[in-house]
Amino acid sequence: MSKSSIVIAGAGQAGFQAAASLREKGHDGSIVLVGDEPSLPYQHPPLSKSYLLGKLDHAALQFRPESFFRENRIEHRAGLKIETIDREAHQAVLQNGEAIPYDHLILALGARNRPLPVPGAGLKGVFQLRTVEDADALRESLDRGRQVVVIGGGFIGLEFATIAAERGAEVTVIETADRPMARVLSKEMSSYFRTVHEAHGIRFIFGATAARLSGNSKVEVVETLDGQQFPADLVLVCIGVIPNTEIASQAGLATGNGIIVNEYLVTSDPTISAIGDCALHPNPYAASGIIRLESVQGAVDQARCVADRLTGHPAPYCSLPWFWSEQGTLRLQIAGLTQPHDHTVVRKSPPGEKEGMSVYCFRANRLVGVESANRPLDHALARKLLSGKGETPGPEQVATADFELKAWVKD
Amino acid sequence: MPSVTYVNSNGSRKTVSVAAGKSIMAAAVENNIDGIVGQCGGNAICGTCHVYVDPSQLSLLEPARDDEAATLEIVAAERRPNSRLGCQIEVKPELDGLVVEMPEYQL
Repeated sequence: MSKSSIVIAGAGQAGFQAAASLREKGHDGSIVLVGDEPSLPYQHPPLSKSYLLGKLDHAALQFRPESFFRENRIEHRAGLKIETIDREAHQAVLQNGEAIPYDHLILALGARNRPLPVPGAGLKGVFQLRTVEDADALRESLDRGRQVVVIGGGFIGLEFATIAAERGAEVTVIETADRPMARVLSKEMSSYFRTVHEAHGIRFIFGATAARLSGNSKVEVVETLDGQQFPADLVLVCIGVIPNTEIASQAGLATGNGIIVNEYLVTSDPTISAIGDCALHPNPYAASGIIRLESVQGAVDQARCVADRLTGHPAPYCSLPWFWSEQGTLRLQIAGLTQPHDHTVVRKSPPGEKEGMSVYCFRANRLVGVESANRPLDHALARKLLSGKGETPGPEQVATADFELKAWVKD
Repeated sequence: MPSVTYVNSNGSRKTVSVAAGKSIMAAAVENNIDGIVGQCGGNAICGTCHVYVDPSQLSLLEPARDDEAATLEIVAAERRPNSRLGCQIEVKPELDGLVVEMPEYQL
C-alpha cells in the first residue's frame, strides 16, 4: 500500500472523515490532520440542537476519543492553521513558519460565518454560532436572555429560535426574504414552518434588514433599515457563511464561491483535493451542474470519495445530497437538491399519523427532491429512489389519492 | 455498569461497560469500536450505526419508533428482522449482557 504523506487542512467533519477513511481503506503512509481549534475534532450539527439544550456534553460531541488518533496513526495538530501552500516545494506552511511536507494535500477548510456589517455588531450580547465555544457562550447567555432577536431565518437561526422560545424567551426573527429558509425550501414547506413556529410564539419580521444594533454596555435594541426597533438582550446573527478559499486562491488554485474541483474532487493542482463546505464541485444532482454544499452528508461522502481515490479506487463523486434540521416539534429532512423547481405536489400526513407533510419538487416534470416535515419514511424512501437509477413518479402520479412512494422504490 | 458485547463482522468480540442512559452507538464511539459510524450524531437519520441485536434479546428492547423504522429502510447492509439503530438503544440495567453484531459496512 501507498506510503505517501497526506496532509489534511481542517479538522471539521470532512477533515476528520478523510483521515479516518484513509486509514480504513488501507493508506499506510503518514496522515497529518491540522485544525485551528484546540480540541479533538467534534460534530458541529448538535451545537444548535441537542448540545444547546444541554442534552449532550462536550465529550459526547467528539467524533472519536484521543486513543483513536493514536491507534490509527493520525497525527492531529490542534490549534494550528495552514497559512500558505508552497506548491513547488509540496509543503503546507503553518502560521508559526513550520513547513509540513505533503505528497497529497486535502483542503477541508470549511466556511466561516458571514459577519453582520452594521454598527453595533460587536456589542456584548451579540453572538454567532460556529464553534463549541460559541455554543457555550450562547448557552450561558440563553439562561438569562428574555428578549431574543435572531437575525437570519435559515436553518441555524430557526433551530436556535425554537430552543429560545421553548425556554420561555420572547423571540423575534428578522429575515430579508419574504419567508423562512427561502434559499432552500419550497414556498409550501416554508409556509408550513412559519405557521408552526408562529403558533409557538415566534414572531417573524420578513423583508427587513438589520441596520444598527445599539445599547450602552450591551446590546439593547436592533433597528432595521425601515426604522423598526426591537428590544433585545440577546442577538444571534446567522446570515450565512463564506467559504474559506483564501489560502487556495493565494496559492494560485482556481476558486469561485468555493475551491473549484473536478468530478474527482481534485483542484487545479493534481496533488491537492478539496472537500466539504469549501469545495465547489460538479454534482450530478445540481441544476447548474456545480454546487457548494454545507452539510454533513457532503463532508462525509466527499471525504470518502477522496480516500477511495488516494487508496487506488478512483470514482467520480455522485452522492445524493440530503439535509436535516431540528426545529422544535418539527424535523425537516430534504432528499435531493430541490432548488430550483417549477412545480410541487404537497402530501400531508393521513389522519391517524403524526402531523406533518412532504413536498415533492419537480423540475421540467422530473422529481428532483422531496422535503419532509415529520415524515421520516418519506425521506428515507425518497433518498433510496433518487439515488437509484429507476423511474421516478411524475407530478400527476404523486398527486393521485392512492399514491404510495414505496411502490416506486426497488430494493 | 451494564456490559455490552460488540461483535465485528469478522467475528472478533469486545465487551465494554456502559453507563446507563448512554446509547449503544455513543458507547461504541467512545470505546473505539470499529464498525459503527454514527454520522448524524445519534438522531436516527443517517443509518450508519446499524446493528443486529442477538435475536434472543430482541424482546428486551423497546420497539423502534417511526423515525428509526424509516431509517432502517436505508441502511447500507442487509436489513434483517433483528436490525436496529445503535443510537436508539439506550443502555439500562435490564440490558446487561446485550450482544450486538455489526454489519460488514455502514456506508
